[in-house]
Amino acid sequence: MRGFPFFLVCLAVAAAVFLAARLTNNGYVFFAGYVVLQYVVMAVGWNILGGYTGYVNFGTAGFFALGAYCTVALEKLVPLPLPVVMLAGGVVSGALGLGMGYLTLRLRGAFFSIATLAMAVVAQTFMVNWPFVGGSAGAFVIRPETAEYFGIDYIRYLFLLMLGLCVIVIAVARLIERSRLGDGFAAIRDDELAAEASGVPTLRLKLFATALSGMFLGMAGAPLPFYVTYLDPPSAFSLAYAVNTIAMPLIGGTASWPGPLIGAVLIATLQQVATVTISSAVNLLIVGLVLVGFVIAAPRGIIGWFGLDRRARAHPRRLAVGRT
Amino acid sequence: MASSLSIANVSAGYGAVRVLEDVSVTVGAGETVALLGTNGNGKSTLMKCVMGMVRPSAGRITAEIDGARHELVGLATEAIVDLGIAFVPEGRRLFPKLSVTENLMLGAFRHAARAGIARNLDFCFETFPRLKERRGQLAGSMSGGEQQMLALGRALMSAPRILLIDEPSVGLAPVLVRRTIDKIKELKDGFQLTVLMAEQNFTQAIRIADRGYVIVHGKIAFEGGSADELNNNELIRKFYLGL
Repeated sequence: MRGFPFFLVCLAVAAAVFLAARLTNNGYVFFAGYVVLQYVVMAVGWNILGGYTGYVNFGTAGFFALGAYCTVALEKLVPLPLPVVMLAGGVVSGALGLGMGYLTLRLRGAFFSIATLAMAVVAQTFMVNWPFVGGSAGAFVIRPETAEYFGIDYIRYLFLLMLGLCVIVIAVARLIERSRLGDGFAAIRDDELAAEASGVPTLRLKLFATALSGMFLGMAGAPLPFYVTYLDPPSAFSLAYAVNTIAMPLIGGTASWPGPLIGAVLIATLQQVATVTISSAVNLLIVGLVLVGFVIAAPRGIIGWFGLDRRARAHPRRLAVGRT
Repeated sequence: MASSLSIANVSAGYGAVRVLEDVSVTVGAGETVALLGTNGNGKSTLMKCVMGMVRPSAGRITAEIDGARHELVGLATEAIVDLGIAFVPEGRRLFPKLSVTENLMLGAFRHAARAGIARNLDFCFETFPRLKERRGQLAGSMSGGEQQMLALGRALMSAPRILLIDEPSVGLAPVLVRRTIDKIKELKDGFQLTVLMAEQNFTQAIRIADRGYVIVHGKIAFEGGSADELNNNELIRKFYLGL
């Protein structure tokens, strides 16, 4: 399927999801569904760097919270429509990704991961000491009753925006997989020195991946203040975001976009159900157990478990000779 | 028109460790030059200097490609590949989880290489029929000899004028070493390449080399104008072969 028809299919699926959620006639479905969708964006976005190029980013919470704090700051300065605010959050987090990439991409493996973790700590310290966005006391954001132009309940509006972002991030991830860019990422993941020797511009590709991945993480975080209405550093920079976002692609499979999508839907839904039926504290326990299970039983994730990843690779598609 | 490479007075190292000291090597148009020496004498570092992966602290590296002169020090690796210089890294360094075809395609990642992608792929499959048989297989699951063929094929996909090969014989059975060295000669003639080859296997390397340099502790210890000269040199027998 070419890019555009795929995009239309994604939109159709998204529309179906929204209608199905409406049919339940239960406001809580939107409230819980928003979190699931947010994790879909985060997992697929994280996977652009972590899955395609193999650079494991532990600083997810930093990018995510930066997007959220961008919203808080903008809300105080110049209140803009939320889609614009999300874009701004994406740009800021993307810039952070670019900067982090530039400083740390000479580090490999575990060292890169530790550096990203440190970045999140630095960002959190910065926010704690910035009174304008609430400092350590946190900031309140007033959630409007209804969305401005749509006239629907604001939680539904947030759900809708996140659904749209899901479509975009999946379309972009798929586009990358099927382009030369994806080939270059795969080369970096497999053997960076060999990639360089083959003429793959490794530094530029890695910077692109960190910036793009950071941008999506930031965009996923931007609507958060309106969702929770109160944002403080410990909750915005919660390590749970980083752990969940790494676990989801690993559980689903990191080779292509369906992996993080499946992982995110599965785990986030499970967490939401557990929050209601058991307790909210059990969330991370679930992730931990499922992750351990998958690492032992299916190290290539659900997609790999069913042998779907190699079939996707062997498909003639982008390697058609003569295509430029 | 053939191409040549000139390395003049290059010094390089990693941090405080000096690896190369005032090394000068020239590879004339259409020549095959062997860089001989045992482990840890700086062969790979010299190759990496040429490819822009290690920045020399002193010296100049120039390449003349189809009549145009290029200063290589300071260029990024991908720019050097673009000029028409290909590199087969030590230990082959394939992309083990990608298929044979995908590995070859990544050799033609650069813009300049994509025009001739179909022709070069055909040529690779013609030269290495085994690669064609196994084109869908994962590179990491092939034998050492096949992997070396693939590494050579991948380097050729960028349609190079100058080929740098770092230790093609490493980890191969003796019969495969002979076959690999023969293949390099065949490719050199077929593509009219200029070849710089680092090798420990002295006897195999000088079978196809026009000239050779022996590098000891980061310095050129001996320069042989011909294979015979290298073969019958007292210094080599003493320092290098240990006879």
